Amino acid sequence: MRISDRARTLPESGIRKFFELAEARDDVISLGVGEPDFSAPWAARTAAIDSLERGKTSYTANRGMAALRERVAAHHKRYDQSYDPSEEVLVTTGASEAVDLAFRALVDPGDTVAVHEPTYISYGPGIELAGGERLTVPTRAADDFALTRESLEAAGAADADLLVLCYPNNPTGATMTDEQLAEVAAFCRDNELRVVADEIYAALTYGGDHASIATQPGMRERTVVVNGFSKAYAMTGLRLGYALGPTDAIDAMNRIHQYTMLSAPTTPQYAAIEALDRCDDEVSEMVEEYNRRRRLVVSRFNELGLDTFEPGGAFYAFPECGGDDEAFAEELLEAQGVAVVPGSVFGEGGEGHLRVSYATSMRELKEATDRIAAFVEGR
Amino acid sequence: MDAEREVLDVLARNAREDIDDIAAQTGLDAAAVADAIDALEGDGVVHGYQAVVDWDRVEEGKIRAVVEINVELDRETGYEQVADRIAKFPAVDALHLVSGDYDFAVEVLGENMQDVSEFISEQVAPMPAVTQTVTHYIMETYKDGGIRFEDGDDDDRLSVSP
Repeated sequence: MRISDRARTLPESGIRKFFELAEARDDVISLGVGEPDFSAPWAARTAAIDSLERGKTSYTANRGMAALRERVAAHHKRYDQSYDPSEEVLVTTGASEAVDLAFRALVDPGDTVAVHEPTYISYGPGIELAGGERLTVPTRAADDFALTRESLEAAGAADADLLVLCYPNNPTGATMTDEQLAEVAAFCRDNELRVVADEIYAALTYGGDHASIATQPGMRERTVVVNGFSKAYAMTGLRLGYALGPTDAIDAMNRIHQYTMLSAPTTPQYAAIEALDRCDDEVSEMVEEYNRRRRLVVSRFNELGLDTFEPGGAFYAFPECGGDDEAFAEELLEAQGVAVVPGSVFGEGGEGHLRVSYATSMRELKEATDRIAAFVEGR
Repeated sequence: MDAEREVLDVLARNAREDIDDIAAQTGLDAAAVADAIDALEGDGVVHGYQAVVDWDRVEEGKIRAVVEINVELDRETGYEQVADRIAKFPAVDALHLVSGDYDFAVEVLGENMQDVSEFISEQVAPMPAVTQTVTHYIMETYKDGGIRFEDGDDDDRLSVSP
């Protein structure tokens, strides 16, 4: 069959290769997983089961169930974000759909979209599918991978139309403070950039609450915030996310969503209502456990001489491995059966680093870091 | 959270964590962890460290029963005195004063059902304060010490994902 140029020319994800290498072996401890090792809270799962038993299998409103949108809006008050549940919230099929809709609703052909890298791998292809052109803004290890006004200026982002911001960041675990965001916000206001802020890891921060660029002066009206249930509530497979933004942006996104998705899946919406009503304690417990693992992993890597800055969020550490990160990751997998993802997969600035996910049990983390120690010593 | 509480949270999940690993997980230094453990033990917060055992999987394993005990108190005999006498038996694994229909909930560990029955009928029931006992043998344990008893690892996530 003839395949469109658009699909044919989309690059294959660099993750794919490591997935295949890791899958080929059966003794692998994987620190390469980008999702929680917990299951969704049982209360949320039972709410989903209960909804099925009651026959709740029809479409919901395009924007998502009103009861869910109200809770989402109320939940976001904790980040000082205030959105009208009837007009400024759109429930989507995973945060991924929300990101895709934001690009399609905000990007015209030929528009330039600035993306800081290293970052999550889907933005580039999403921008291309929307007809935009990606402008890479490398973040630096020296800044602990926070985005700075200096980096934006150096990359020529002043001429861009849109900025994608992903903090807490996958793959680095970097977070940004209100002060750091103020600088980026000023740059966006000065240069009339709109922002898509992917804040999917907002609930997973350690030692400080999540700060959102949308709460900076003058930024709410130019920012679409994306979030969801996947990471905080360990609901990745239930595919439920949402976008928060000014009415015009949410209306435009919903116009596309009503044709392409109609509504997000119904069953997970019931799970999500329960998650927001009753599962804060379980999220806190997960965060505490991630935090213990984070400290262990960071201290072990630093002991091994693989310099690792202290990541403030998500469930990733980003140690420096020096030199060719792909070769390091391949040899480590070959020699010790430990899978990590080379930093260069996540774009410019990621080379010479490894993404280490600590969404894995303490026991496996210890075994994996012991194996990495043996690998580093024998190298 | 203070240091002792952080150390306690780690130990309550896994009492075999060594001091260096606890230090790494909590961000405390090893000496502070050792001090916290000493304080927890000294203050009677931590009374001991035990394995969570699925006795059904042990050959010549043990049987466990939960025994409800009702007592009648008098001027000389309070709950403390009764508890003290019951707790002295090595077969008593756990002893709690509870609210509700009976007074004490006692977990008894024995070699077999007969062993436990004899212990209750010959040692506990005849105690002057004890008015009634009801013994529930545990048939199957699904979860203990916060740990689900099931087979192995069911991690079905993709081994590498974005």
